[in-house]
Amino acid sequence: MLRMSVRKSIPALLGAVFSVFSLGTAVAQDGPIRIGEINSYTGPLAAFTVPYRNGWELAVEQVNAGGGVLGRPLEVISRDDGGKPADAIKFAEELVRRENVDLLAGTFLSNIGLAVADFANRNKTLFVASEPLSDAIVWSKGNPYTFRLRPSTYMQAAMLAEEAAKLPAKRWATVAPNYEYGQSAVKAFQDVLSGLRPDVEFVEAQWPALFKLDAGATVQALERSKPDAIFNVTFSIDLAKFVREGQLRGLFKDREVASLLTGEPEYLDPLKAEAPEGWIVTGYPWQAIDTPAHDAFRDAYQKRFDDYPRAGSIVGYNTIITIAAMLEKAGSTDTGSMVAAMKDLSLGTPFGDITFRALDHQSTMGAYVGRTAKRDGRGVMVDFRYADGADYLPDDETVKKLRPDG
Amino acid sequence: MSFIVAQAITGLASAASLFLIAVGLSIVFGVTRVVNFAHGSLYMLGAYIAFSLVSVMGDSFLGYLLALLIAAVAVGLIGAVIETALLRRIYKAPELFQLLATFGVVLIVQDLTRSVWGPDDLFAPRMPGLDGAVDILGHAIPSYDLFLIGVSVGVLGGLWLLFQKTRFGVLLRAATEDRQMVAALGIDQRWLFTAAFVLGSALAGLGGALQLPRQAASLSMDLNIIVDAFVVVVVGGMGSIVGAFVAAVLISLLLAFGLVIFPQITLVLIFLVMAVTLVLKPSGLFGKPEFATAEDVRNPDPPLRPSDRLARIGWLGLLGVGLIAPLLFSDFGVVILTEIAILALFAASLHFLIWGGGLITFGHAAYFGLGAYGAGLAVFHLSAGMAPALLLAPLAGALGALVFGWFCVRLTGIYMAMLTLAFAQIAWSAAFQWIDFTGGDNGILGVWPSAWASDPTTFYYLAFVVCAAMIWALRHVMFAPFGYTLRATRDSALRAASIGVDVTRHRWLAFTLAGAAAGVSGGFFAFAKGSVFPEVLFVSTSVDGLVMVLLGGLQSLAGPILGAIVFTEIETELTRLTDLWQLALGVLIVVLVVALPRGLAGLSSLFTRRTLP
Repeated sequence: MLRMSVRKSIPALLGAVFSVFSLGTAVAQDGPIRIGEINSYTGPLAAFTVPYRNGWELAVEQVNAGGGVLGRPLEVISRDDGGKPADAIKFAEELVRRENVDLLAGTFLSNIGLAVADFANRNKTLFVASEPLSDAIVWSKGNPYTFRLRPSTYMQAAMLAEEAAKLPAKRWATVAPNYEYGQSAVKAFQDVLSGLRPDVEFVEAQWPALFKLDAGATVQALERSKPDAIFNVTFSIDLAKFVREGQLRGLFKDREVASLLTGEPEYLDPLKAEAPEGWIVTGYPWQAIDTPAHDAFRDAYQKRFDDYPRAGSIVGYNTIITIAAMLEKAGSTDTGSMVAAMKDLSLGTPFGDITFRALDHQSTMGAYVGRTAKRDGRGVMVDFRYADGADYLPDDETVKKLRPDG
Repeated sequence: MSFIVAQAITGLASAASLFLIAVGLSIVFGVTRVVNFAHGSLYMLGAYIAFSLVSVMGDSFLGYLLALLIAAVAVGLIGAVIETALLRRIYKAPELFQLLATFGVVLIVQDLTRSVWGPDDLFAPRMPGLDGAVDILGHAIPSYDLFLIGVSVGVLGGLWLLFQKTRFGVLLRAATEDRQMVAALGIDQRWLFTAAFVLGSALAGLGGALQLPRQAASLSMDLNIIVDAFVVVVVGGMGSIVGAFVAAVLISLLLAFGLVIFPQITLVLIFLVMAVTLVLKPSGLFGKPEFATAEDVRNPDPPLRPSDRLARIGWLGLLGVGLIAPLLFSDFGVVILTEIAILALFAASLHFLIWGGGLITFGHAAYFGLGAYGAGLAVFHLSAGMAPALLLAPLAGALGALVFGWFCVRLTGIYMAMLTLAFAQIAWSAAFQWIDFTGGDNGILGVWPSAWASDPTTFYYLAFVVCAAMIWALRHVMFAPFGYTLRATRDSALRAASIGVDVTRHRWLAFTLAGAAAGVSGGFFAFAKGSVFPEVLFVSTSVDGLVMVLLGGLQSLAGPILGAIVFTEIETELTRLTDLWQLALGVLIVVLVVALPRGLAGLSSLFTRRTLP
């Protein structure tokens, strides 16, 4: 059976090779402005990226209904990276080389965001990183072609640390998934809180593996250190386990908890009736924000999708209106003009005005900080305020030192 | 002291969950010898089905309990469908094909579950009557945890009775010990296999359903649990029920106390336990050594013959196509060609081990990943250029294979496969969590080719020439005396040893050589992507490699190349076309395994009139 191998495989081989690569590469300069978009639309992350996709679809429809930008409609060519950085790079290559997109946007996971940012830098393509949280995207691994929309790990941790400093609590315990995001969040929280309150001490740190939280054992280990308050970075399925075990075992009784992202509907809603009460969180209270800009967004979103917006929906929406505003300012799709236009670009969003800082390419989009409560058997945010991202970034000198280009 | 007791009880509750998922896997393996990757998917289905039932009937303790039991039965029925429609057709196929088929089922179930229940995590209410905590030595212990411990002991007892006291159980044990003897005694194996698979599936479903009061049903449950379940089964001994129980308790207690002392090490700990167990006791704590009986003397593959003239023309044609291809395709086509060339070498190195040496590995990603990290770290820490970094890649791959291989080649069959997996997962854990050195999850960036090779076409030619040379070298080794000896150890280790061949050393060298080749391909992969992430070391990379090898056809030296081409194209095109690409890929894999057990390279036999000897 062996010897059949090669020669008979050849025709099949050739056919296979030719079929895939021969697709044309038609480009039209007067057609739509093409935005290459990459995100993790399948697998476990779909819960976060589908509302995000709705958000950008809504924005594209609105922009195009208003006549497009520079007289041309927007077209988004979207790809699913399946959560793998290597596949994200493959599709970035495809979008730039075969689809001839004018710029790249998207990504959710920090590692994929960083990989695409590095690709954009090398290929001198503009990249609007929508969702990845890692500080490295704009700081230690920042590059001239990458701009980030969502408030970073540092910014959100700093928002919580500011609230935490107002509490009497002195003994803090932390629990965070053991990877870059968890470690950065804990470090940022510790740095900012220690700066504001030199008297606090951190008495216990738990580092469960991502999505493998051994909830009972971790809760007991935290309980054993008898902290006054807990800083939580776990999310998604880890958060659900942590909340249930913590409540059962009385971990949260008479203790303050500051919890990153937990106020976002993506993370709060799955907890349903067991949503924790009184936690200090960053998030998105979509039901209760009462500004004309947000009302308009929410109504349009609910009308279009028959569903309520999540935090990702706002990010997706803002990604496209950022790009539209940038194109108006740039006046062309030339990368140099687009990059120049991104710097100090200001625009109005459902969250209010934001600016993309020329200093580090981070937008000043903020987040809502408040406490969790229960209404009608589900978690909501109450007593919240909008924390403008501009107020939660280190001073310019520090930021300059963080970026490789100084 | 009270803390230790409370932590131990908590550990036992986790052990109960692990035991329920692992014991079904162990039974299925014991009887059918199928390594069922889809076991985690059945566990996930159990949780999802239970969630739907609980939302209808879960208002009382009994209703909730009934919902969990119905979910287990439903998953058992799904298992029956999988067994009769798919596995029954491929019991005679090599075990790796069965693995591939069950991996296809994983993809199918993943996408179907997302279509039916949606992508959101589903958090069920607590179980009525067991929704509080009891005070034990001043610690609040959830009453459901105690219930879960009770259930697992009950299941253990029930299985013990079933296996010891019923005729069915006796047959299952007999089949686990010696299948052929059972068949010779006139037992209908088909029925027995189906029953064992249904039992295992129902246990997986029960395990998943019982998780519902503790955690949300989510789409990551399948792959999250399956590797842990394998670890428990292997540590306990494949096919041993008591072993699964003891291993689950051992591992859970280690984790519960480990995270108090070393909060950061939990991910590595479980694989360290497996590695240490397999090194000290190769068949697991309660496992019996694999039989070197009829099972082992399988039909040896026909001898490898040198290429005849036509085949030579074929290889030369392939080379020619590779050389002129960049002139025909767009820039992106060249990028894909580069990836194919790199993955073809990865697949060829895996094929060299599996087919040439008969060494089954689930952890080949380790050497691919070490090559990638070797190159990436050289750039990152030493600011090395592309050329020295690429030279380091095979060294890193070979060194890893030399060290890991020394342990692995002492085992055989499924235990060896599991030990290779353990080492790969340890390497992955280190890359993922040792952030100062490897950059952790955020990876190493800026690993781009030097200026002279930065044009995609130039880089393609570089990758193509080196990879083609390596593939040719592997092929050449297969025809060298070393290759003949290696194939002798594959066909009969016993006979090879009796004529004076040092079996272990030959396997070790083959392992190292394959590691070096995989390292080369990993190094190029790093420069093709401009970055290195822990994913390159993850089990999914190993599985991709196996898919390529098996898709192409195991018994053909051109198979891995063909497999790399088709796999890369299918994945690239499918993900562009549909959100349900995992479903499509899964169906394709299942159909291929059933219809073409010899892989794509076997397609040609359909077109030839001549029947081969």
